[in-house]
Order: sequence, then structure tokens, then C-alpha cells
Amino acid sequence: MEALLASAIGVLTFTGIYLMLRQRTFPVILGLTFLSYGVNVFLFASGRLVVNAAPIIGRSETYADPLPQALVLTAIVISFGMTAVLMILAIGGHLVAGHDRVDVTPDDEKDDEKYGGTP
Amino acid sequence: MMSHWIIAPVVLPAMVAGLMVIAMRGDLLLQRVASVAAILALNAIAVALLWAATTHGPEAYFLGDWPAPFGIVLVLDRLSAMMVALLSALALVVVLYAIGSGWDRRGAHFHPLLQFLLMGIGGAFLTGDAFNLFVFFEVLLIASYGLMVHAGGGTRTRAGIQYVAFNLIGSSLFLFALALIYGVTGTLNMADLAAKLPTLPEGDFALIRVAAVMMILVFAIKGALVPLQFWLPGTYANAPGVVAAMFAVMTKVGAYAVLRFGTLVFPASLPATGDLLSTFLLPAGLVTLAVGAIGVLGASTLPRLAAFGGIASMGTAFVAIAAFTPQTTVAALYYILHSTLATAAMFLVADLVTRRRAHARLDEGAGPIAQSGLIASLYLAAAVAMAGMPPLSGFIGKLLILDAFRDQAPLIWTVILVSSFLMILGFARAGSTLFWKSAASDTPAPEHPPEGLAFIATLALVGGLVALTVLAGPISDWLASTANELHQPTGYIEANQLGQER
Repeated sequence: MEALLASAIGVLTFTGIYLMLRQRTFPVILGLTFLSYGVNVFLFASGRLVVNAAPIIGRSETYADPLPQALVLTAIVISFGMTAVLMILAIGGHLVAGHDRVDVTPDDEKDDEKYGGTP
Repeated sequence: MMSHWIIAPVVLPAMVAGLMVIAMRGDLLLQRVASVAAILALNAIAVALLWAATTHGPEAYFLGDWPAPFGIVLVLDRLSAMMVALLSALALVVVLYAIGSGWDRRGAHFHPLLQFLLMGIGGAFLTGDAFNLFVFFEVLLIASYGLMVHAGGGTRTRAGIQYVAFNLIGSSLFLFALALIYGVTGTLNMADLAAKLPTLPEGDFALIRVAAVMMILVFAIKGALVPLQFWLPGTYANAPGVVAAMFAVMTKVGAYAVLRFGTLVFPASLPATGDLLSTFLLPAGLVTLAVGAIGVLGASTLPRLAAFGGIASMGTAFVAIAAFTPQTTVAALYYILHSTLATAAMFLVADLVTRRRAHARLDEGAGPIAQSGLIASLYLAAAVAMAGMPPLSGFIGKLLILDAFRDQAPLIWTVILVSSFLMILGFARAGSTLFWKSAASDTPAPEHPPEGLAFIATLALVGGLVALTVLAGPISDWLASTANELHQPTGYIEANQLGQER
């Protein structure tokens, strides 16, 4: 189980970093999502892996650490919200600029001035 | 007892922000009144907390009354009280400027977002739990995303995407570090970590070192330390000027966190990490200072000039932080106070200028601007403060740092002095283009409303810098006790009452 989990975290993180380095916003957002999946599983594993154990002392022979589960829940909610914000911004940026490149060039800033954007 | 007031800097902005969104939606006047009233109350609370921390020493607030390593604690000590006071003072200036300049009218929800930002930053300063620090980082970040794209615009939105993406990577790194620390030690309470880490078996040293380095990376992203400073110029230069001024305290969250972790959790006496933090931070701080100074010299627009000035000031602060001795910490704390006010003043002046000009570029003149005499004087004051020239507090701050690094004078003195010179050149060149070349043309300045409140807010920042200069003696005495408290964190650890029944 350890090997499976470790390689899953590795693959998720690898995919995330690869996609994050792309030039367009959509792959970047996907990459960040993969990275947050990877970190969530990693966070979960920090409480050690146990099978068939309740997160309550006395209900089973061993017990699962309940704290990482709470941490993961918090992290999932936060990364979900952040991804939604980023998605809205990306759509807004795409609609304004007409393309979804991540980089901002000096030409874009000149465009802004021409079209009366806020300095 | 002050006890319950410790959570007020978190609860008050949260309540006010929620109330604004629910009950004052669309009523800007009511929002303005509520926002200013809440920030005035926050200032009063901050002063009371500062007094409590000075007289009583560190004090913990147990959320839900859970005992320390199990529940979340907020800890008030001199450093966190000072940072909350700095935050609330800056917030007052920023909200007055936003009202005076009409920035809060140019998009929805400026005031609620500002309150949520205050909640996040205040919480980050007060929390005594590493995971809670992550949560407050996210609170302040999500509010800052909203503020960053306030009033819209194509470039601003797209610069906002970079900012959000960069910080999401930072958040993931933070989570990796926290998971490592929890996996090794089984706790995330900062005082408990300080108590448990020295007894760690040698086999776990490597994991804790990795976690410590990842923590530094996260705080370096927040504090815009080279090589992780790339997000700052684009973000701050494209954010509304008033928001950029508020963000001046956000980079200090990174500095605060490094200071807190470097003295409490990973002190140099810890066998697992040793002087790992200073090994990385000192060169990074020096390079940051150099990059900031060169950026000031080469900046193409006025907001970028202010942003690079901000990077340079973070570099200076990190150089002073990195040594982790009481004497250098005093210099670092003084410089943090100074550079927050100075950077904010520079951004406000940059905003005053760019809103009166056809464009923000520095390479060509753009005709005279309204109220140019007063703005030029404010620019002069902000530039003097940023470059660290006498008579303002930047000079005293740099003097304290130079004095603290007597034994490493050849390298550190050279970098600080040469970069100060570059910054003087950069600010002088930009000022002459902005005010003298513009004034040379015959066209009359276009009409612009006087905006008295905006000028009062900017003047208040300059007044703060003057006060920091005049009161440098008492302030540095107070900071000396703060630095001692930081470097002997027994009081902080005892305040958590670890392992005691409540």
C-alpha cells in the first residue's frame, strides 16, 4: 500500500508540475489541481497508513490518526475555492484579451491604455 | 485580563465584512462609515493589545478552550502585537485614501474585501499554530485576489492570474512542509514544535530539514525574496495603487513568519537544522536588495519603480533578519516598520501621479499634472525614505543594520551602500522626468478634483515616518526587549500551557 500511495503522490505531483509549466491558462489550472490532489494525499499519509481502523480510540485494535483527515478536509475546501477563483479570472482574462496566454507582455499594457483601461 | 480581546482583530473584520455584504450591499456611504469605524476600533484594540503584550508578556488564547497541543491557540506577544498595530495603522490610511480618491467606487466590494484581508493578515500575525497559519494565509490571499483585480481591466486581470497561480503553488508547498512536520513530530502547535524538535532522533533530521527549507520557500514567496520575487512587480504595478499600498504589509507577513519560525521553531541552536535558515536567507536577501535597486534604476513605469523599491526594502529586511541575533533583530524590526510605511507612501504617491497623467511610463514626459507641487513634495519624502537618506527613518534603519553587521562589513556594507546609491539615482531620475520635464512644457495642467482626504492619508504616512524618526530612541529600546523575547521564547512556550488540563 505504501508503494502504491507514494507512486500516486509522485505521479500526481509530476503531472501537476509539467502542466503548470505550460503557456496557456487552462493547462496551468489543471496542473495546479493535480498538484493539490498530490499534496492532499501526501497530507493524508502524514498520519501513517492503517487499514480497518476507526479514527476513535477503543473502537478497533489500532486507530487511525484523525487530525490529518481534518487537515485534508480543510486543504481540499481551500484548494477547491482557490481553483474556482482562478478559473473565473482566467475566463475573464480570456474574454478581455481574446487569448489565454499566461504571460503579460508590454504590448498588452499598451492595449490597455488605448482602450481606456485603468492605469 | 486581556484574554478575549486577542481574537478581536480576527473576529471584528470578519463580522463587519459579512455585515457589509449582507446588509449594506450597494450602499457605498454606509459601507464607508462601517469600514472606517471598524478600522478605528481595530486601531484601538491594537493599541490595547500592544500595551497588554508590553506589560504582561506573552499570552495565549485557547480557541474553544481546548488545551494547547490539541486545539488551536492564538498567541499575543510583543512581535505579534506590533505587527497588528502596524497593520491597523496602515489600514486606516488605506481606507481613507480609497475613500478620498474614489477607488472604492470603481468596483464592487472594496470595503468587505479589505476587511477580509485585515482578518487574514491579523490572524496570520496572531496564530500560534502552523496549520492555522496556512489557513490565515489563504484567507488573506483570497481577499487579496479580489482586491488585486478590483476595478477590472485586461492587463490587471491577467496579471491577477499569474499572482493567483504563483500563490497556489506556494500554498501547495506549504502543505507539503506541514505534512512532513506533522508526520515527523505529530504536532503542529508552534510552541509544542519548539519543545519537541530538540529531542528529535537523528534519523529524522533530513525530513525536518526538507520541511524547513520548504517553509522558507513559502515565506520567501510571500516576502518576495530572490529568486521568488517575479510575481511582485507585475502584481503590485498592475493592482490599483491603493491596494498595492495595502499589500506593502503583506510582504511583511513573510518576514514575520521567517522571524517567528527562525527564532521559535527552527532556532540556530536546534541540532536538526542548525544555521540552515541564515545560510539560505543571507545571500538571498543581499541578491534581493541588489535586484530591487537595479530594478528601481531601470523601471519603465512609476508603479513598477515603487514595486522594485518594495523588493529592495524586503531584501534589506531579510539581510537583517537572516543573522538571527538580538541586535540584528532590533534592526530588522525597525526596518520592517519603516519600510511598510515608506513603501505604502510610495505606492500612494505613484497612484496620485498616474491618475493625473495620460500614462504611467517614465521614459517620456506627459505634460504637467494638477496639484504638482504638493505631489512632488510627497514624492520627495517617499523617495528619501525608500532610498534610506537622512533625515527620515530609512536612514536610521539602515544605520542600525550596518551597525549590527560590523563584523561582516566588507560584503554587507558594500551591497547596502551601493544599492542605496543606485536607488537614489533611480528615484532622482524618475522624479525629474515626472515633475521637472512635465513642468517645462507650456500646456496648462488638466483639471483634477482636489481629493483632500487622499492627500491627508498620504501625509499621514509621511507623518508616521517622521514619528518613527523622532521616536527612534524609545522605539528601538522597546524593540530590544521584543528581540530578547523572541530569542528566548520560554515565555511564549509557557503561555501555551502545554500538557496542562484546562
